[in-house]
Amino acid sequence: MKHLSIKLAMASALAITAGMASAETKDITIGMQLEPPHLDPTGAAAGAIDSVVYANIFEGLTRFDASGAILPALAESWTISDDGLTYTFSLRAGVKFHDGTSMDSEDVKFSLDRARAEESTNAQKALFTGIDTVEAVDATTVRITLSAPNGAFLFNLAWGDAVIVAPESIDNAKTNPIGTGPFVFTNWVQGDNITITKNADYWGTPAKLDSATFKFISDPVAAFAAVMAEDVDAFPGYPAPENLPQFEADPRFQVLVGSTEGETILAINNKLPPFDDVKVREAVAHAIDRQAIIDGAMFGLGTPIGTHFAPHNPDYVDLTAQSAYDPELSKSLLAEAGYPDGFTTTLKLPPPSYARRGGEIIAAQLREVGINVEISNLEWAQWLEQVFRGYDFGLTIVSHTEPMDIGIYARPDYYFQYDSAVFQALMVGLNAATDADDRTEILQAAQRMIADDYVNGYLFQLASTTVANANIVGLWQNAPTQATDLTAVYWND
Amino acid sequence: MLRYSLKRLLSLGVSLLAASAVIFLAIEVVPGDPASYMLGINAQPDTIAALRAELGLNVSAFERYITWVTGMLTGDFGISYTYRTPVVDMIGDRILISLPLAIYALTLSTLIAFPAGILAASKRGSATDVSIMGATQLGVAIPNFWFAMLLVVFFAINLRWFSAGGFPGWDKGFFVSMKALTLPAIALALPQASILARVMRSALIDTMNEDFIRTARAKGLTKRQALWRHALRNAMIPVLTIIGLQFSFLMAGAIIIENVFFLPGLGRLVFQSISQRDLIVVESVVMLLVFAVVVVTFIVDIAYAAVDPRLRGRS
Repeated sequence: MKHLSIKLAMASALAITAGMASAETKDITIGMQLEPPHLDPTGAAAGAIDSVVYANIFEGLTRFDASGAILPALAESWTISDDGLTYTFSLRAGVKFHDGTSMDSEDVKFSLDRARAEESTNAQKALFTGIDTVEAVDATTVRITLSAPNGAFLFNLAWGDAVIVAPESIDNAKTNPIGTGPFVFTNWVQGDNITITKNADYWGTPAKLDSATFKFISDPVAAFAAVMAEDVDAFPGYPAPENLPQFEADPRFQVLVGSTEGETILAINNKLPPFDDVKVREAVAHAIDRQAIIDGAMFGLGTPIGTHFAPHNPDYVDLTAQSAYDPELSKSLLAEAGYPDGFTTTLKLPPPSYARRGGEIIAAQLREVGINVEISNLEWAQWLEQVFRGYDFGLTIVSHTEPMDIGIYARPDYYFQYDSAVFQALMVGLNAATDADDRTEILQAAQRMIADDYVNGYLFQLASTTVANANIVGLWQNAPTQATDLTAVYWND
Repeated sequence: MLRYSLKRLLSLGVSLLAASAVIFLAIEVVPGDPASYMLGINAQPDTIAALRAELGLNVSAFERYITWVTGMLTGDFGISYTYRTPVVDMIGDRILISLPLAIYALTLSTLIAFPAGILAASKRGSATDVSIMGATQLGVAIPNFWFAMLLVVFFAINLRWFSAGGFPGWDKGFFVSMKALTLPAIALALPQASILARVMRSALIDTMNEDFIRTARAKGLTKRQALWRHALRNAMIPVLTIIGLQFSFLMAGAIIIENVFFLPGLGRLVFQSISQRDLIVVESVVMLLVFAVVVVTFIVDIAYAAVDPRLRGRS
């Protein structure tokens, strides 16, 4: 009798586990290198926040899709007045926040007014300064009037800093984010992981996953170990590119290599002699061998760029030939400018490996043409203080990851201090242009202008590398914005 | 004994106060503005000023020091700049990992070191002694993070007996959590055990050469009895010192191991807070670690007095 009952127990246990194994996997564990400081994307610059909440927990009036195109999100449709100053958005009806309160035009007005308020701590306040008034016409209609036409307004509204929040829940948004997205924030074990679960009352297509856990693993070796041991199912922004061939050869994993909006540049302090002479800047540009840097510092991942624009963008102009690797030309240009024996300057490097490793390679390349650099390795806080606000540098390497940010060249007090009235006028024209062809023409002219002025040394576009379990479908290959969009991700097993 | 303890307590208090001043001054000197760091390069100057006001960074350093010290005495460590949550909660979460890990590693370390050291001392000169000493030599020389990575590759990736790191949380069960701490504890314990075994062995050998041991042997005790009954107690003083130092090291210095196993412990917290310029967290955690070290030293001092009667009753 005892034998039979044991056998029965074992058989039923086997049956249960077999049943469980055949059910589809509905959970996912995502590895992330950086932990977000909090979960309010409208209150800080940390991309890690958007990586967790963008499109999953919070939504804006518009949103980016995997290719970077702008899609309607909480705004179903919109009309733009002929003078480009008035945008009338028609919001979706019946949308609820995760705490049950409804999303309507009052929430949109609250979110936008909060972002552009004087005491706002929104890191991208510039996106909202053009807004003159926000009017809640009725529950599902919002009218926004701009002080000047802005062709990029719909694009700006898709950023993580422009998501719609509710006044009822905004006070705790940092630790308990309440949005309208297909996932609900569930738990945050500080330092270890964040869990989100499926929103059963989502207004749109429900998510295919039941839950997702973001685990924070900063050390590249630990990241490798976690993926290999299958402790995490996917790792977007995988920090150890030297292991990629091993993952590519392993049938358990898929490796996605795509592009990002990160233009990595050798920034030159345009107001510091001798860099105020365009010939010297041109000499620096011709001294750089981009492919050597990509191969040496980035393990071959990255696309060379000749100007401050993303190569995957249809309006991109390939100007790499204008600053082709030509050390002899560099030396003759330096001699023409009055520096036949070269000169010494500083190269200040922030922590990322593209800067530290790339900096060593660039230092060697510049030495070939007679420019000696003193390398200082800085932490981010020091870099912000010395380079970004103090203008105390000759050269630095940094990656600008905001999309469509060529407008920074119109700010004469931006850290590289490029001051060209012609370019500033061009940007004014760009803001006013709403027609796609006009915008293309202006954007291409802008790219040519900063390449002709050799404002900075344009290195390469950062690649986005994701390592994931081969059975996962729907992860973004490119990173048009910082996000881990899980809305369409599922397991194919 | 009481006077001895009270004197030690007083010096503990003075040390803590001096440490707090040094820590605060050292961190004030560090350049870098937390608000700039948090808002990034696209932020406008008025936004940064608004955040600085919100964080309370515009008051004088002396005021902030007084607020901090008086706050600590009442258990309020302030609010983290980056995370905007009370520092005491953050430290509380992390201590629940760092403290058990330190205790676990220390226990493993003593469990390995004591038998090894005693065996090596009692069988001095023999093959056992030489091989144990060789093993400890290796243990001291191997960097603990490299050993940790080896453990991960072997036990987590190849054998899949353990996960590669991470901590599931105490609410998931005691044994599950201890399992997650096992590989890190072994990685931490091995070099410490090697050091402790060597200290144990040399302390025992020194003690075994003392006159009173000769008297004990003359009395008729065997070598083993003399070792266990008399020598061991006297050899404990240097061993206790080392154990105290090791505990302090394990609490504060496990940061590299925490990185390899991505454990959310105190070391990781301090490291992240430094780069984020979250000064309040850095100051508070360092102060806590100083407190832990001072308390451990105090306990070791009391333990000395317990072990060695010559140290008590100095009236």
